[in-house]
Amino acid sequence: MILPEKKQTDIVLSVQGLGVQYATAQGPVHAVSDVSFDVYKNEVFGIAGESGCGKSTLIRSLMRLLPDSSTMTASGLQYKGRDLLTMDDETFRKQVQWQEISLVPQSAMNSFNPVYRVGDQVIESMLAHRKMGKKEAAERAAELFDVVGLETGLLRSYPHEFSGGMRQRAMIAMSLSLDPGLIVMDEPTTGLDVLVQERILRRIREIRAEMESAIVLITHDIAVIAEMSDRIGIMYGGQMVEQATAIDLFESPYHPYTLGLNNAFPSIKDIGGDLISIPGSPPTLIGPLNYCPFYERCPFSIDECAHQVPMPKTVGNEHEIRCFRSGDAVDLRRLAKEKTTWRS
Amino acid sequence: MFVNKIGSAMRIIQRGFGEHYGIINANGLSRWGFRIIMVFVLVAIFAPWIAPNDPWEMMYDVNGKFASLRSPSWEFPAGTTHLGYDLFSQLVLATRTTLIIGFVSGLVSIVVGANVGLIAGYYGGKVDEVCMRLTDILYGMPFLPFIIVLIALFGRKLEFVILAIALIIWRTSARVIRAQTIAIKQRQFITAAKARGCSDFRIIYQHILPNVLPLLLLYAAFNIAWSIITEASVSFLGFGDGETVSWGGMLYELWLSGKTRVAWWWFATPSVCIILLVTSLVFVSRAYEEVANPRLRKR
Amino acid sequence: MAILEIDHLSRHFEIRPGLIDRTFRKKSSSYIKAVESLNFSVEANEILGIAGESGCGKSTTCSMISNLLDPSAGDIRYEGQSIIGLKGKDLKNYRQNVQMIFQDPYESLNPRFRIVDIIAEGPRALQLWDSAEIMHRVTDMMQKVGLDPKKYAERFPHELSGGERQRVGIASALVMEPKVVVADEPLSMLDVSIRAGIIDMMKELQNDSQFSCIYVSHDLSILGNVCDRLMIMYLGQAMEIGPVEEVIRNPKHPYTKALIGAVPIPDPRSHRERPNIIGDISKPIDPPPGCRFSPRCPYADDSCRENFIELHTDDHISHQVACHKVKV
Repeated sequence: MILPEKKQTDIVLSVQGLGVQYATAQGPVHAVSDVSFDVYKNEVFGIAGESGCGKSTLIRSLMRLLPDSSTMTASGLQYKGRDLLTMDDETFRKQVQWQEISLVPQSAMNSFNPVYRVGDQVIESMLAHRKMGKKEAAERAAELFDVVGLETGLLRSYPHEFSGGMRQRAMIAMSLSLDPGLIVMDEPTTGLDVLVQERILRRIREIRAEMESAIVLITHDIAVIAEMSDRIGIMYGGQMVEQATAIDLFESPYHPYTLGLNNAFPSIKDIGGDLISIPGSPPTLIGPLNYCPFYERCPFSIDECAHQVPMPKTVGNEHEIRCFRSGDAVDLRRLAKEKTTWRS
Repeated sequence: MFVNKIGSAMRIIQRGFGEHYGIINANGLSRWGFRIIMVFVLVAIFAPWIAPNDPWEMMYDVNGKFASLRSPSWEFPAGTTHLGYDLFSQLVLATRTTLIIGFVSGLVSIVVGANVGLIAGYYGGKVDEVCMRLTDILYGMPFLPFIIVLIALFGRKLEFVILAIALIIWRTSARVIRAQTIAIKQRQFITAAKARGCSDFRIIYQHILPNVLPLLLLYAAFNIAWSIITEASVSFLGFGDGETVSWGGMLYELWLSGKTRVAWWWFATPSVCIILLVTSLVFVSRAYEEVANPRLRKR
Repeated sequence: MAILEIDHLSRHFEIRPGLIDRTFRKKSSSYIKAVESLNFSVEANEILGIAGESGCGKSTTCSMISNLLDPSAGDIRYEGQSIIGLKGKDLKNYRQNVQMIFQDPYESLNPRFRIVDIIAEGPRALQLWDSAEIMHRVTDMMQKVGLDPKKYAERFPHELSGGERQRVGIASALVMEPKVVVADEPLSMLDVSIRAGIIDMMKELQNDSQFSCIYVSHDLSILGNVCDRLMIMYLGQAMEIGPVEEVIRNPKHPYTKALIGAVPIPDPRSHRERPNIIGDISKPIDPPPGCRFSPRCPYADDSCRENFIELHTDDHISHQVACHKVKV
């Protein structure tokens, strides 16, 4: 994916051919297969997908938070040019984790230890990853709370005195503490009320403008991804089935799953419209993966889909998809809008 | 409508067996434990046919000599007492007594405990207070002395021994099942059951009870084990039923005879039986513990 | 005539201070006013949506309508008759006619029951029909919700996916042939791609069986798609009510405007009017009289803080707003 406008040096994270396997009693589960994407400086890269698509596993593999029963393979993984694959765990923890790549995990608001003050926890996380004075860390914590819109006095409060939205913002503050080049947010607003969500998303946009971090935003909420991301990757069955700029993805979607998602997501601007769902359920991904993971639910599948994995194909500027029927996109888009197409 | 209830009860029992077979079989220890328990049960059922001799008959060996204090041999597999009684016959018949006391006390106590726990947990408020204070009182009782007092009051008969033990043992299961009931009561499927129109009785016995069942069976096995030990202790102290022989009673006789140091077989055989049976029951209850533990429940 | 009338419905939860505070510091109880003087009605065959954020009282309202919780004040009338203190045969009748669909498909099914028993439980508990008839209706219902009885009847909940479990939940409610169904966030725990299918199915069933539905959710996009009328709640009070297109396209209340403005749109090309409110949601303990939204409202004045406008139950057609600064 070499693009004319963006320079190679602007790439913060480059992932090539990442795969994660879990060993289970029934056989190996390919939670993630052959995922490749780049994240550029100062952009928001959204990863969208539903439960079981592998997005959380992908993130955990990047942060080296996978359980022992899993194996990660990749043909390339670089952060700002540094090779992460050959880096040992110790160096990763001391130099990369939290300082360069930080994570706001799912249900982060429940990640606070209820018996310690929030400010102390933020300071502790800083001191664990970088040598700095306690006073310096405390000042930085106050600064960060300001950035996320929390009163600095709240540093001395306990987690139970914070609301869900406030805790989430505190978590985001914590992730920014060491000025990372890349922040990964896993479902940052899931479970929060819409007004609180709005404020947090607005803050994230503001942070992005002020700091130079790149952000990887993971969520199942298509509306949030559409609004927040510059570029989007759609994941299904452990693979990245479509990747494009946000506008491109919505103006010219290619992959049948993307087409299905568009149908299934109601918009508040489109009251009373027809909602069409995708029949079936996500695949279990057990055993060797030599088929397209979407083929069972796909109304447009052909013979090839059941026997081969579609390889990534470029179909436009920064637009890549994995589908054997990429050539028929115009027809597929039209057919996808009809309810009868999706009846199983 | 009553037919409906019987129908559903039968269905539950029928399906239940299949599931329990799976639970017990899964764990090696519990599988063997179950088999050992079954052996004892069979011995208890067929005791009169298995026991070769009258347990209170003075035996003479094949040579016509008075068979006093014989160590185990082909003729007397468990040896004899100082009075020539065949210990093997005693053992076999005592199995029946011990198992009857153990199982009946255990089961009565679990039925009482489960009901108290379910009702206290479900209704809360004053009902809960009353039940729990009663349980607390029982907890305050010193176990063995109190049972002895009860037996002394009622009389040294089999039924009273069973009753006395059952009256105390239910306290543990009540508390635990109450806690479990309270946890289950808060779950959404109970609210759903109320919304569908189920009466309190129906909710407690058809909806909550099946979910409490693994814990209940765990405590059932445990209560039976504990009853057996208690009976043995009580009999050993001389408060057991004088007319029927039990394992604890055999040890009591041994003690009375003063031959403890000499007749190791007299000591070993009832003790081994007690240990074997109780351990087997505990192993089986462990299998249910794995099921009762919510961490292992599938989503 | 409205099938369900909610009349000045209120629910308070008392928080009693501890023994020491009560005796020595003479502290009195505080009250969480979860629902405050709610007025609305539900017509036959209509889908009324109730929207609001967490803490607005919509779940408490659901519980009261389903007779799982008693109101502290006010009345709920079903077909003209009050349901408060209902007992015996009348209660049975009410239960059959007013059913509930729950939010969590993983928790609302008894893990020890088979699917067929879960769905049959309502009719069995209320002794509606004999066992053969119940079986017949249960299998029928399973077909209608898209679960093949041959495949699913004997299974346990843990063998089913979230979407399938929710279908079981819906079947359990509808098998009783209720006239009113209260759905408390039935989709929020399901994957996006299957929500549409469940909504579709519910719409179809509602069309066939003609029941009224109270659909509670915080997801305005779904509400816009499903409901006929929409009511917006905030901290226990009703702020706005009206036909759904009106309320969403043309919101009048400042809170509704903020809420609708905050909903993200699944299209990067479109724009929305960003909300304009101050601060975080306040705690519902001992709230001030008057409009609960006034602390956060940019247009609030003293009369807002003192007086609260109630919406009218009997008017089920027009677009009403609980704000005296707005002219409808």
